[in-house]
Amino acid sequence: MKREVLINCGHWFSPLAFALLAIFTSACSASPWMSASASSRPSDPEVLLATTTSIQDSGLLDVLLPVFEERTGYVVKPIAVGSGQALVLGERGEVDVLLVHSPDAEVAFIAAGHGVDRRLVMHNAFVLLGPPADPAGIKGARSAVEAFERIAQAGALFISRGDGSGTDVLEKKLWTRLGYVPLGQSWYQETGQGMGATLNVADEKRGYTLADHGTYLARKKGLTLEIMVEEDRALLNVYHVIRVNPDKSPRINAAGARAFADFMVAPDTQALIGEFGVNQFGEPLFIPDAGKREEALGE
Amino acid sequence: MDLIVEGISRALVLLFTGDAELWRVIGLSLLVSGTATLLSLLVGIPTGTFLALTDFPGRRIVVSLVNTGMGLPPIVVGLFVTILLWRSGPLGGLRLLYTPAAMVIAQCVIATPIVTGLTLAAMQALNPKLRLQILALGATRLQMLWLLMREARLPLLAAVMAGFGGAVSEVGASIMVGGNIPGQTRVLTTATVMETSRGNFAMAIALSLVLLWLMLCVNAFLTVIQQRRRPL
Repeated sequence: MKREVLINCGHWFSPLAFALLAIFTSACSASPWMSASASSRPSDPEVLLATTTSIQDSGLLDVLLPVFEERTGYVVKPIAVGSGQALVLGERGEVDVLLVHSPDAEVAFIAAGHGVDRRLVMHNAFVLLGPPADPAGIKGARSAVEAFERIAQAGALFISRGDGSGTDVLEKKLWTRLGYVPLGQSWYQETGQGMGATLNVADEKRGYTLADHGTYLARKKGLTLEIMVEEDRALLNVYHVIRVNPDKSPRINAAGARAFADFMVAPDTQALIGEFGVNQFGEPLFIPDAGKREEALGE
Repeated sequence: MDLIVEGISRALVLLFTGDAELWRVIGLSLLVSGTATLLSLLVGIPTGTFLALTDFPGRRIVVSLVNTGMGLPPIVVGLFVTILLWRSGPLGGLRLLYTPAAMVIAQCVIATPIVTGLTLAAMQALNPKLRLQILALGATRLQMLWLLMREARLPLLAAVMAGFGGAVSEVGASIMVGGNIPGQTRVLTTATVMETSRGNFAMAIALSLVLLWLMLCVNAFLTVIQQRRRPL
């Protein structure tokens, strides 16, 4: 009798066990399960790229990475974080290559020996956005700094990234240039999030915010925010590719990083960058700059 | 409001036109969270049962830890798993960061205390005299455990559902250890975060609805098993 009970016990459990077993076996056979894949040409095919949320949100990598992977056999894993975090990941040797837009921090990064071979890739511009009502009256201001001054005087709501990203660093630099510390003021709020999320907050709260032109163009349709100030040399948004110093860690894929950096400044890649967004927005999201001098940009 | 309508219609279109990218994301969500749940069951059910049926010094402390773990913040789990799996971390040589395996580890850490805690509660809710009766009828220890689990199958399946729900719905840990890489570690929750950030709200809503639909399917399947009458 006891035996019969035990056999019966299986009746409710077996379908569940079977389902889980099925999941488990399919899990084990899935190809991207482990990072190493034997079929690609390079001995170490995986390249970790730390880049910015603005690059990911623009969709540029969705166009460029398949071309690179097809051509070289490398597989790029793009990790989208703020430029600040990207540089720290590079400093720790956790990633192989960086595509970032925080020039002052990048120069310090190279000087400290964390990275090598910093190359200019492209630029676009930052734009100062605000609600159509323009409560601080900044439209027509001659420079971003002047607009910032009016915002501070009016005590109009300003939404900052506050996440240490390239955009955030530039914004803080503009306040410093003005000799003003906005942090702690009731009209100055930090989201601590990426560009897209910050645009959502600024739009909802009718605040001013600084955004890169690419993300703004991509997001323009759903926003009421308008461009208040642009075409100021202080608002240039410059992207560089930096290889992490291979001496940092034996686990750095130095060959893969070099291949990616070379790819980003190659003429046909630069052409792809120059065309990106034209179909959708009528203008390119990024201006390709490989080989130019950084000081000559925006002149 | 129009966004929600657009989201619903987009979700239906994506599901029924067999959008390859979406199905890959759904498949990976199921695979990662299913595996994490399975592993959490393998650890959680024996641990919960053990804690329910035995007494040892410090048992209450362990039970409190398990109960606290049921509310473990995913972002905390994500942060610690990331640091462990970093190239410079103790497990860096395994090269698991930004792979589905890393997501399984993180989700398993989140789901295991949930399964353990609910198993513990389920087993403790059984009448203590049942154990004596089963043993008196001459059952071995394993037979007794099996019969007790069978007796507690309703709350145990609830534990499975809660564990899976905790795993498949969390986003903080998955985005940190997985990196939301298209075709490799992009699951429904991380894709939703990205589409929201890109301002594609209709797409984000569509993905959320697909996630809810997926959870409904899995839970309906488990509920059918749970609510089946015993053929006695």
